[in-house]
Parts: sequence; structure tokens; C-alpha cells
Amino acid sequence: MLTDIAARLQALFDQVHLWCSQSAFWSGVFAVGWSLFKVVLIIAFMVVNVLVLVWLERKVSARIQSRLGPMRVSRPHGWAQSLADMVKLLGKEDIIPRSADRALFVIAPIVSFTAALLVYVVVPMGPSAVVSDLNIGMLYLAAVTSFTVMGVLMAGWGSNSKWTLLGAMRGAASIISYEIPMVLAVLGVVMLAGSLSTTAIVQAQSGLWNIVLQPIGFLVFLAALFAELNRVPFDMAEAESELVSGFNTEYSGLRFAFFFLAEYANLVALSAIGVTLYFGGWQGPVLPPLAWFLIKTYAFIVLVMWIRWTLPRVRIDQLLSFGWKVLLPASLVNLAVTGIYLLWV
Amino acid sequence: MGSYLDVLVFLLTGVVFVFVGLWAAYLFRPHRPNPHKLSTYECGERPFGGSWVKFRVRYYIFALVFVIFDVEAVFLYPWAVIYRELGLFGLVEMFVFLGVLVIGLIYAWKKKVLQWV
Repeated sequence: MLTDIAARLQALFDQVHLWCSQSAFWSGVFAVGWSLFKVVLIIAFMVVNVLVLVWLERKVSARIQSRLGPMRVSRPHGWAQSLADMVKLLGKEDIIPRSADRALFVIAPIVSFTAALLVYVVVPMGPSAVVSDLNIGMLYLAAVTSFTVMGVLMAGWGSNSKWTLLGAMRGAASIISYEIPMVLAVLGVVMLAGSLSTTAIVQAQSGLWNIVLQPIGFLVFLAALFAELNRVPFDMAEAESELVSGFNTEYSGLRFAFFFLAEYANLVALSAIGVTLYFGGWQGPVLPPLAWFLIKTYAFIVLVMWIRWTLPRVRIDQLLSFGWKVLLPASLVNLAVTGIYLLWV
Repeated sequence: MGSYLDVLVFLLTGVVFVFVGLWAAYLFRPHRPNPHKLSTYECGERPFGGSWVKFRVRYYIFALVFVIFDVEAVFLYPWAVIYRELGLFGLVEMFVFLGVLVIGLIYAWKKKVLQWV
């Protein structure tokens, strides 16, 4: 039944493709249409995952703190809680403070959201299930993920509030400090695979997962991930117990929702990248690739949540010295060791 | 260039999606501003002075060190891709390149640039 529908869709697709390839204009239209189809699919994937993850995070945190978490909104276990939250945020008044820099205030959530969306272009979900297998995948990723810091800074400065400015400044300092160890840790994997393409990196791990060959690199990557995602123990940009809500204090309603969406979308995307780099991506026995991709990604996300609800927040000076004096040397050592290892083996 | 069309489409769709979302919310959200709502949040007190003030120069110094090391990382990317072909030459080259940067890092460390004073 399902394979029958898939075959018919494939046939239809081929027919349209063939018809469109007769003229340059229509093949251009076809290419754009195909891209639009993919972006709609990815946005749907992203939103559904975010809704599930917000609920999951509240459940995981409740579990760790011996609570129940959301239980009231529909059964079982209040699964519709995040849907209700989304509807609530849609109906909230949109407030732009009088003293804010309107242009920056409006652009900031767009930058954050678009940066999160752009990461999905190179996330490989299956042998050919990747939006676009760019041959500079990892470099593209390093470029796109650093847009996050722009969103944080624009929101913090544009709001013209003391809390947001402090949050944005600290957030920017921590994100840029941890970006270097992350990029250098990723280089070890790139050396092993001999390619920047994410699909090639997954295929290079068909025998042995990179976590075995790159334990130091993985630990550096995991630590830097928390700073890139603005999560406890490195959530300098938010620090809700000291800075109200950090860089997004002045945001309300849907504008706030877009920051929230971007944050969780980044969590999914970077966890997927972590799985791609160190845990063999979509590869696995018996089950289809997409299932393995989702299982591994969710396992990784739960690990990230577990750490987030276990550790306390560190101070900014501890954070920066850990990044520069521990993680950066560790990532350099990892690079040197990988180089020597590759020469011998 | 075909594969970069997706990047462009994703970029534009991301921007459009935010505006469409805001427009959709505009249809059924209330809009009753008053001076108190529109003032900057400062724990319920009347806002005191502006926020666009001088801030610590430390942030700037960290940003400067970041720029140096980030450029270094970009230089290392092509090297990492063809490392297997370069062999011993690549290893020696890397040690020379990274050695200079490590000396720079140690210098910054000793000069207490990496310290939050």
C-alpha cells in the first residue's frame, strides 16, 4: 500500500521533471518549486519537533526534580501542553518598548529564526535524505551557527534595557569563546573523513563510529554545544535567575515565540550534527535510516537535557577561562593527535 | 551552483515565515498599548537612565582574540580535507602553523588577557 503510493508519487515526480526540463525557464521554476517543497517540509519537521521537545524538556526536568510536570492539558501526561502554549503566545499583545531601537528589535528574531532554519540544509537524515549535500558542509555550518550571536546581540542592544544588554554581552562573549574549540574539534572528524560534506562524514563511519577515535574531540564538542545553544551550565545570555530573561526580556507574544522556536530548533539541529559527526548518523542495522537518525538524535537531546538539569550555572569568568584555558588547548591537542594517528595508520 | 539554490530559498523563506506568522497573530491579538506597557522593564520601577552606556572593555579584548583564532580555524579547513594526501609534509606544516598560534595563546595567557579581572 505505502510502497504503491510512493511508486506513483515517484512516477508523477519524474513526469513533471521530464516535462519541465524541456525549457530553461520551466526547469528553473521546477528547481525553485522543489526547494520550496523541501523548505515547507523542513519547517513542519522543525515545528513538530520543537513542540515535542518543549513538552519533553518539562517532563525530563520534572523527573529529575521529583515532580510530575505538565499533566492537565489532555491525556496522557499533558501531551498538548506545548500546543496550548503556542496558541496562548499567538494571542498575546505585541509590545515594542518606546525607547527600543525599532529596526534592530524587529530584525533580531528574524535573524535567530532564519539562522536556525539554515542549519537544516546540511543535516543528513538518510542516504539521500538531505536538503542539499553541500561539499563545504561543515564550513557552511560553522558560518551559519555563528549567526546566532548576531540575533542575541541585536535583541540585547536593540531593546535598550539593562537586563537585555548584560545578557547579550555575556552571551556574545561565551558564544564566540566556545565557537573556536567547537570548530577545531570538528576538524578532527573532517581529517578522518577527508571531506567537509556531512553525507561523506556519515559514510566514513560505516565501520567505526568517530566517538571511538575522537573521544577528546567529542567532549570538547559537547561542552561547546551548551554555549552555542545558550543552555545551562553556559546560559550566559539568559541566566533567568539573575537577568530576568536575559537578551529576550523585552520580547512578548509571537516575537518571543520565534526566539523560543529558534532555540529549540537549534537544539535539534546541533544534536543531529553531533550524531552525524560522532555516532554514525543515520547508519544502523534492520531499521530504516530515518528511524536510526531520529532515535540517535533524540537520545542525544535527552543527554543534553539531562546535563542541563543536573549542573548549576557557572560564572562568566569561570566560563571564559574554561573555554580558553581548557577547551582550546584540548582541541589543539586533539588535532595534533589525530594528525599523528592518521600518519601511522 | 544548483545546490546553493536551496540555501537561498531557505534564507528567504525563513524571513517570510516570520512576517507571515506575525501577520497571522496580528489578526486576533489585542492591541491596547499604554505608557506603562511601553516603558522599559526594570522590575516595576520607573526606568533609570538609558542602557546604551559604556560597558566593560574585556568583552572587546575577548572579541579580538576570537577573531585571530577564528581566522586560524578557517585556514585549517582546507588543510584538514586533504590531510591524507599531504602526509608527513602536512603534519610538519600544521605543527609550524599551530606552533605560532600556541605561542600567541601562551603570550595572551601570560599577559592576563584571558583573565576576567
